[in-house]
Amino acid sequence: MNWKRITSSSLFLPLLALFALLLFNVIFVDGFLSIQMTEDGRLYGRLIDILNRSSSLIVLSLGMTFVIATSGIDISVGAVVAISAAVVCTLIGGRGDGVAEHPMALAILAAVAIGVLCGIWNGFLVARLKIQAVVATLILMTAGRGIAQLLTAGQIITVYYKPFSYISGTIPGNVLPTNIFIAAAMVLLVGFIMKKTSIGLFVQAVGINATASKYAGISVSLVLFVVYAFSGFCAGVSGLIESSLIRAADANNAGLNMEMDAILAVALGGTLLSGGKFYIGGSVIGAITIQTLTTTMYALGIASDQLPVIKAIAVVVLCLIQSKKCQALVASWKENRHGGSAGKTVEKA
Amino acid sequence: MEQVLLEMRQIDKLFPGVRALSKVDFTLRAGEIHSLMGENGAGKSTLVKVLTGVYPRDGGTIRLNGHEIAPRTPKEAQEYGISTVYQEVNLCANLSVAENIYIGREPKKHGFIDWKTMNERAVTLLKRLHITIDVTKTLDHYSVAIQQMIAIARAVDVSARILILDEPTSSLDEQETQRLFAIVRELKAQGMGIIFISHFLEQVYALCDRVTVLRNGELIGSYEVAHLSRLELIAKMIGKNLSAVQEMDQTEEKSQPSADVFLAAKDIGCTGSLVDVDLAIHKSEVVGLAGLLGSGRTETAELLFGIHSITKGEIDINGKKLNISDPMTAMRKKIAFCPEDRKVSGIIGDLSVRDNIILAMQAKDGMLKHIPYARQAEIADEFIRLLQIKVSDREQLVKNLSGGNQQKVIIARWLATQPELLILDEPTRGIDVGTKSEIQKMAVQLAKQRGMAVVFISSEMDEMTRTCTKLVVMKDRRKVAELMDDEVNSENVMKAIAGGEKE
Repeated sequence: MNWKRITSSSLFLPLLALFALLLFNVIFVDGFLSIQMTEDGRLYGRLIDILNRSSSLIVLSLGMTFVIATSGIDISVGAVVAISAAVVCTLIGGRGDGVAEHPMALAILAAVAIGVLCGIWNGFLVARLKIQAVVATLILMTAGRGIAQLLTAGQIITVYYKPFSYISGTIPGNVLPTNIFIAAAMVLLVGFIMKKTSIGLFVQAVGINATASKYAGISVSLVLFVVYAFSGFCAGVSGLIESSLIRAADANNAGLNMEMDAILAVALGGTLLSGGKFYIGGSVIGAITIQTLTTTMYALGIASDQLPVIKAIAVVVLCLIQSKKCQALVASWKENRHGGSAGKTVEKA
Repeated sequence: MEQVLLEMRQIDKLFPGVRALSKVDFTLRAGEIHSLMGENGAGKSTLVKVLTGVYPRDGGTIRLNGHEIAPRTPKEAQEYGISTVYQEVNLCANLSVAENIYIGREPKKHGFIDWKTMNERAVTLLKRLHITIDVTKTLDHYSVAIQQMIAIARAVDVSARILILDEPTSSLDEQETQRLFAIVRELKAQGMGIIFISHFLEQVYALCDRVTVLRNGELIGSYEVAHLSRLELIAKMIGKNLSAVQEMDQTEEKSQPSADVFLAAKDIGCTGSLVDVDLAIHKSEVVGLAGLLGSGRTETAELLFGIHSITKGEIDINGKKLNISDPMTAMRKKIAFCPEDRKVSGIIGDLSVRDNIILAMQAKDGMLKHIPYARQAEIADEFIRLLQIKVSDREQLVKNLSGGNQQKVIIARWLATQPELLILDEPTRGIDVGTKSEIQKMAVQLAKQRGMAVVFISSEMDEMTRTCTKLVVMKDRRKVAELMDDEVNSENVMKAIAGGEKE
């Protein structure tokens, strides 16, 4: 009876895809659902792993959702992750005795600030200079890793300072990894902003029709500016999580190809790349789906260099499920099978 | 009697939940210009789309020269000899004129495009329509009118039996329209059947032989234009009896301007778009900006609203000088602007009616001061009721409304900001007769009852003379005359426009 309302919800398909994937795991991966506690009071298990590993992607896809909703795109976030990682690791320093050169709070603040700065740069190019978003963010995508290399002087800086590992690990006394809380906090923050401000409305308006938005008095360039700056902020936070996971800054590999995963997460979540309506919840589910896929592959013992192929196949299937055209095809196939009975109902209406 | 070219019988078309066409008959003869009339949503464009294969039909037959046809795509329809020129020119602005005409069927020599032949053929083809232009230049060198004619030339060359013109004149000025009509008449003389869709009654009377009226997807009838009065036609279109239409036709008494000047523009100009315009707008006054398309009417309005900044002169509001650098500055001074192109600069199509109505208000309040949902709903409902906007509910997407209702949503958006000056740029273009007169009356009422200053811009002269107490006539980016009270009539406007010519 309420089935129709459930299936027409924007979150239905992304959730269905995720559940299908989880179901596959439950059947084929031993002990997928089991969650245990270690002696020092931490929870562990594959589900926790998935959340732990997907947190940085969730954060990235939050920022990406807004950018895409304005019918833009930010392909520099992967490189910004590398810059943020380089900043935080360089400031804390790679001293073997585990002492921080600068306070960690300061390092974190600086890394996030650099992320915002990168976002402002992108916003400046897109909103003020009116450069196409792909081209504008391509600049930082290519230059970003170079900047990260400069910061780390071409080295991989390994951080031995213990508290740094708590960002993506578990703080003693806590049961879950901190980055899960960070991601949750970011999602809540965005939810709060959506509820209490009109940014969501303005972002959609600009994404659907920028000219009309201008005529309605919306400052289009301010909206774009905010959106890119926020994406940079998300990339900055994501850089902290990524570097803490490996306790090092690797300018070449930190956040590599993450921009593509983030775009994919947004697309899986049901937001159109042409802009307009966006679905924050969908993007979060999309990000978790992508990470679940990766974890599944590892669990099944597929070599990491073959991973992209499997991922591509899964993505094609997921996208087909969500495609309107495909749904219409399936619907008309069903209709033909039932001898056009569906057609008659329409006539009555 | 001329020979019957096209016969559509008992055409049905269903959309989910709506019967868009119900047993519609339509007959087109060779060498006839036939108008399809009806309010928005009457089924005119659906009928055309069924004919051209854009939509599959759900019932009925189409016969062309006695043979049954069933075009499934516009391309198939073209092969049968049915071509359409749409309201929006759908050619490629970055290709040359010749390329646009022969795209997809370029003359070839040794497997390569034969540019010389192509350009020569294009020149000959255009000459037949009395257009002499450089066909090697890209399309965007030419005005919309010329582009429209190029589109017609292409359609005629592709197929020479039936030509469908869907609102071809909506972005043309008077002279351009006349030129287009000359071409259409010539094609008629060559024996083509032409289907002409337009909202301009005058043009239908000037050009067409017969008219078929649709209402709510049903056929009302086909008539000889010469034997049908304008009022009768309108009555058939909106489905009311003659006396009701006559009543509707009566104008609201004009608003008397107060002595207070709300806005005074002194010698304002903007490089490349406007030269030295003086303008005083009083409270409770309806000022008309008359002139041909591109004469500077819209440009003036855009300067007053801060879409562009003035480069010369000054604008005073309530006696104080103000630098209007962006729309927000104008909005803070209670100026509102309903732009000319509803689709491009008016509606946000994928947002709901409610979002569209509160948008300007919210923009004025800023990002951080969110209007609570309950208040938004209240405001939206109030204006839906006040302006009689036809919607299923306030959450309906605005793109699914008819043109007239979309226009009302935009007007509601601005009335919600409680403006003191309302600028309406072509508020009645492309909308049906009933809504047209509603909007004209509303402009006058706002001035009368709320003391609002209204600037009315329109290409339809009688609309302006009905509503305005002052007409500012523009020509070539300059103001050429200002007509007051009794001087306001179309003759004087024409004189003013023509008079400038001799100087």
